[in-house]
Amino acid sequence: MNGDLRSNRFRTEREGDWQVLERLLAKVEGGAVSRLTADELMRMPLLYRSVISSLSVARATSLDAGLVAYLEALAARAYFFVYGARTSLGTRLVSFFRRDWPAAVRSLWRETLVAAAILTLATVAGFALVWTNPDWYGAIMPEAMTQGRDPTATTAFLRDTLYHDPKGQPLSFFATMLFTHNSGVSILAFALGFAFCLPTALLMAGNGLPLGALMALYGSRGLLIPLGGWLSIHGTTELFATVIAGGAGFRIGWAVLFPGRLTRLEAARRAGHTAGAAMAGVVVMLVCAGILEGVGRQTIRLDWARYAVGGTMLTLWLAYFYLPRRERAPR
Amino acid sequence: MTSPAAPDDNLRFARRFVTPEGADLGLVLGSAGDRAAAFLLDLILMILSLILFGLVVLAIGIAAGAKDFEPWGIIGLLGFFVLRNGWFIIFETGRRAATPGKRVLGLRVAARDGGRLTTEAVLVRNFLREIEVFLPIMFLIAAQQAGDPVEGWVVILGMIWTGCFLLFPLFNRDRLRLGDVVAGTWVVKAPRLRLGADLAAGQTSNGFAFSRDQLSAYGVKELQVLEAVLRARDKRTMAAVADRIRRKIAWYKTPDERDGAFLQAYYAALRGRLEHRLLFGHRRKDKFDKA
Repeated sequence: MNGDLRSNRFRTEREGDWQVLERLLAKVEGGAVSRLTADELMRMPLLYRSVISSLSVARATSLDAGLVAYLEALAARAYFFVYGARTSLGTRLVSFFRRDWPAAVRSLWRETLVAAAILTLATVAGFALVWTNPDWYGAIMPEAMTQGRDPTATTAFLRDTLYHDPKGQPLSFFATMLFTHNSGVSILAFALGFAFCLPTALLMAGNGLPLGALMALYGSRGLLIPLGGWLSIHGTTELFATVIAGGAGFRIGWAVLFPGRLTRLEAARRAGHTAGAAMAGVVVMLVCAGILEGVGRQTIRLDWARYAVGGTMLTLWLAYFYLPRRERAPR
Repeated sequence: MTSPAAPDDNLRFARRFVTPEGADLGLVLGSAGDRAAAFLLDLILMILSLILFGLVVLAIGIAAGAKDFEPWGIIGLLGFFVLRNGWFIIFETGRRAATPGKRVLGLRVAARDGGRLTTEAVLVRNFLREIEVFLPIMFLIAAQQAGDPVEGWVVILGMIWTGCFLLFPLFNRDRLRLGDVVAGTWVVKAPRLRLGADLAAGQTSNGFAFSRDQLSAYGVKELQVLEAVLRARDKRTMAAVADRIRRKIAWYKTPDERDGAFLQAYYAALRGRLEHRLLFGHRRKDKFDKA
């Protein structure tokens, strides 16, 4: 029986298929699926099934550990390819924008409302504090954010910050810094939700307080309406995104705290699924806000136009997320 | 090419993962060490590409004869932002579902339920990195600036708090990171193995003839240890193993007999014998197994 082992023959017979599969996988993993010809693409599932059957046979009849390890690795790679991408990127994007994103945001309405309430309360508190005693301003506003916007500044300077055109550039360095900072805050608000909601609530409040303080400062000089326009042109989108991110964070923290009938792990996973879709949307919203802030705010300088843009964006988002729509039968 | 994990690791971290065809892929989870190494590698690569990106932006700025560096500063800032937040996400949504660091370590991200790894899941697992990695770093920076003792205590408490998140993977069976928990993912080994030569191929006894008794000395475990020895081809180990086997099976070494040839012939014969018995339903685990 020496020399011509059954497992040996088995290997020589099937080896060709394995090598073809390995070559195709290397091709796919190195780049796009489009690098495969139609013929190769058709062969892929067949080769995958053949390697799965080879693996079962090898486990049952071969004692060659190297061979079994190789087949396991190859089968796993092929599995991830064959079952990894069931839809094209295009269909996924369409279903995301048409269904997944608004549905996720809609199902987060309670959490979103809470986040919005905390943000609003903090804004009102910040406003009230600074309005009654301007000394609070320095305590609330981080110094790096003010850039000269403080109670000692002249009214003319404050007015200028709302309308001046920084060297004719559409996208100023300061605006970019604010944008990256605020996007970071949104992501952090989401991530902190895991720590049992509380830090997210703090972050929301921490975002609202300076906003209120800024409003009180400009309000004390009769500049509240222009400031509102300056903020709202991108702020409606950006703050909405932050609020949704906070809501998504709340959902996860709540699921971990009170998993109900599910295990904590399963509850967290389900919450993560909804929250993830909402967060993908938040990224889109933040990019929109960035464009509005960088381009819109510097080129549109009429108060009413700024309000119009900000209001339109808010209406569009609200309509997109919350307007009832006919349920399509899932395909 | 990563070598297959040590058997002990395989036992502890192997998870049943049954494909719709009913075959268990026997996935092995990535160890905490591997994952930390992959993360550090990614971090280094990120910093390197950031420096490279900055230099390129600066060079183009200078070449364009820019007097005002603000636009280049903006591009740099945006690039930093995209790189910091996008590095993991962009690579993990790709075909290999792995960042360069994970690729080097032979790891990949997979959905725990065996389904498709969605973009949303990748977003979630990487956004949560924010509290696992970047928050502790922020506290570290705050620790440098803490002035009064109260602030110092706050920072220490903060570091303990975030430390819980950072070390979370060490305290659960599946080595799940917070992000993995929420995203429903885990990190598995996905090495690209090369098919080694079949050690029993073409061994038409080569002048060695073993009796049935001599082939009953060992079981599957010993066979596979012998396989590993033969694949490693280390002269001294092979000599030592050959001596052990000769003594055990009472084999008389002829003067011109070489250790490698002897081991290979014995391996082929033993495997033939054990596989033959396997076909009849007897799997002899190791040499103590009387089956």
